[in-house]
Amino acid sequence: MALTPDELTERAEAERERTGAFRERLHVCTAASCQAIGSDPLRAALQARAKSSGGAVEVAGTGCMGLCSKGPLVRRQSDGALFLEVETGDVPALVEGAPSASLDARRVSFEAHPFFAGQLRIVLENAGRVDPERIDSYLAAGGYGALAKVLAQMKPAEVVAEVTRSGLRGRGGAGYPTGVKWQLVAKQQADTKYVVCNADEGDPGAFMDRSVLEGDPHRVLEGMAIAAYGVGARLGYIYVRGEYGLAIARLQTAIKQAEKEGLLGSRILDTHFDFSVQIRIGAGAFVCGEETALIASIEGKRGEPRPRPPYPPEKGLGGKPTLINNVETFANVPPILVRGGDWFAGIGTEKSKGTKVFAVAGKTALTGLIEVPMGTPVRRIVEMAGGVAGGGRVKAIQTGGPSGGCIPERLLDVPVDYESLVAVGSMMGSGGLIVMDQDTSMVDVARYFMEFCRDESCGKCVPCRAGTVQMHLLLQKFCDGEATRQDLALLESLADLLRNTSLCGLGQSAPTPVMTALRYFPEEFAARMRKEPAGP
Amino acid sequence: MTVKTLTIDGRMLTGVSGQSIFTVAWHNDIKIPRLCHLGGVSDVGACRLCLVEVEGRPRLQTACMTEVEEGMVVQTDTPRLREYRKLLLELLLAEGNHVCAVCVSNGHCELQQMAAEVGVDHVRVAYRNPRRPVDLSHERFGLDLNRCIHCTRCVRTCDEVEGAHVWDMAGRGEKLHLVSDLATPWGDSEACTDCGKCVQVCPTGALFVKGAGVGQMTKDRRFLKYIVYGRERKQWSVP
Repeated sequence: MALTPDELTERAEAERERTGAFRERLHVCTAASCQAIGSDPLRAALQARAKSSGGAVEVAGTGCMGLCSKGPLVRRQSDGALFLEVETGDVPALVEGAPSASLDARRVSFEAHPFFAGQLRIVLENAGRVDPERIDSYLAAGGYGALAKVLAQMKPAEVVAEVTRSGLRGRGGAGYPTGVKWQLVAKQQADTKYVVCNADEGDPGAFMDRSVLEGDPHRVLEGMAIAAYGVGARLGYIYVRGEYGLAIARLQTAIKQAEKEGLLGSRILDTHFDFSVQIRIGAGAFVCGEETALIASIEGKRGEPRPRPPYPPEKGLGGKPTLINNVETFANVPPILVRGGDWFAGIGTEKSKGTKVFAVAGKTALTGLIEVPMGTPVRRIVEMAGGVAGGGRVKAIQTGGPSGGCIPERLLDVPVDYESLVAVGSMMGSGGLIVMDQDTSMVDVARYFMEFCRDESCGKCVPCRAGTVQMHLLLQKFCDGEATRQDLALLESLADLLRNTSLCGLGQSAPTPVMTALRYFPEEFAARMRKEPAGP
Repeated sequence: MTVKTLTIDGRMLTGVSGQSIFTVAWHNDIKIPRLCHLGGVSDVGACRLCLVEVEGRPRLQTACMTEVEEGMVVQTDTPRLREYRKLLLELLLAEGNHVCAVCVSNGHCELQQMAAEVGVDHVRVAYRNPRRPVDLSHERFGLDLNRCIHCTRCVRTCDEVEGAHVWDMAGRGEKLHLVSDLATPWGDSEACTDCGKCVQVCPTGALFVKGAGVGQMTKDRRFLKYIVYGRERKQWSVP
């Protein structure tokens, strides 16, 4: 039986009462990174200890809390303390609250620690609070409240208008206004429309979407359901890359739970709104993150892009109007509908609203997820991550993966918003942020990203298929100290060719890492050219 | 069906809605270079040779896949486009093993013809000299992947015109290659009707009739026009 809105409130209340009865609650991170370093046995040990010591302490799983390099992480509910690098030896002290000098040394404040202090968490607000495997836990945090509100009080057009008012833009990287896209789909006259969640996160070093799916899958489902109501779709797909086993498992669990409670399926929340979600698993092609290739892949065809227009809002999956948004975009939707578009529009800069989650990786002291308001200087993010490990100097940072560019240290005060990052030659991208120190060779970085594009090109169009190969070969010549001035000129011609003639975004943006490296670090390329023989 | 007037290379021309820039230009004797486009089968926009400049659109558009619109202003032959076409053809020539002197299609090859048209006089990029197989298992026809440019004309013709769908692409990036059935020898294919349409539409000497010597492989694809014409009008015999 589907839950009614009243029952939804009751369920949430009951869960809050249940958890409130415990003297203490311990939230163990169950995201992939912490799991890989033993959070599962840790959680089992905590649970066993909690049980044997009388059951006054509850041990729950939770999503990624962000400080991935210091896992496994455990958050204590009562005082918000976050314990780093927790081992099974810490179990008694954690459960019984006994003093332990060693544990205290690894205790930081979830709010005050420099890594967290500058963050504003909207997408990640449930991290450390909600158990991704229990729907009641999500309900207790107000989950599906936005959907209930939308279905009870708003017309589809009002939902779209609210998202438009919020100024939310696509978090997949290009930054297309989400409300405008929804409107395009909503105004199409068609018997069938689809909502697709792009979870084919493939940029090297990026793991934001993965963490959101692993840590808060219901949030994404709720966002998709709201979108479906707004644009008039009844079926949705989540396209997840096959490498994300844990995210897929969590999504499957979440979909099953939501269907059981009538939050997905037919007559959602006892209304006339029907919406179901299916998972499609990618087979490891980076290009399938491109929307037309993603659609082809869902249709069971080769994952190859096709020229646009027509854009998916007009002709997408099966030729039907299709709304495609990224994971993080959907995760932003429920709070916008609860707190209003104006609230969201009050955060960030004039043209880029809200927050952005960055996956900070590379040579920083701390690695993990950082969610900051738009407009935060890049330098601030690097500082939050503790700067370069071992006190080294930042040389450059790279955003946007193989489609983005590097930003040299002297430009690190650039604020994170779509336009500013493009102005310095990079792009927002999906949120990967790689920090490089003085030991990193920018020529090597450029070669690495070109090799990635060469590997991932689908091969359909000539410039991308053959051009990435040639550019990679030329960059290899630089690395080997064999490049000539003609090679440099050819590299630039090819970059121009790929950018302007490639069929899809993969080929069009493949030269960006190279071109920004050339623009900001020309001396490194010059230093690795073949030494011209001295004249007579 | 509505009439659209547009300007191509400074000439005022008319087309009808649904027609591509390429078709309208072609009918008016403006021959835009192309390799993957083939009248009668669907377009894929893969070779990028027919890219044109359309006023008001920031990106170059494929002439074969862009529908004409009222008031459109199109440039098909600017210095910039010529440069791009040259480099694209150089990339193609360096990617496979295109040795005209020993090729069955020498003198009748569309790749060769395009290269001559846009003025490719030397190749700046590195020749890849890939190792690619030759499939001679079919009784009448041969496939030499060294000469394949991945235009997928054969794939589309076999699927859309003959209805057999013997051909398809496998692999990705530089490893992309043509396969028959599920990557089994062509001669073993039970789907293949031995019609030879794929051979006739192939722009290079990749697909050829066995027994042809150097320069002897001429191709005739007029049949396509008749089939497509008949199909459109559901008219299968001449009255």
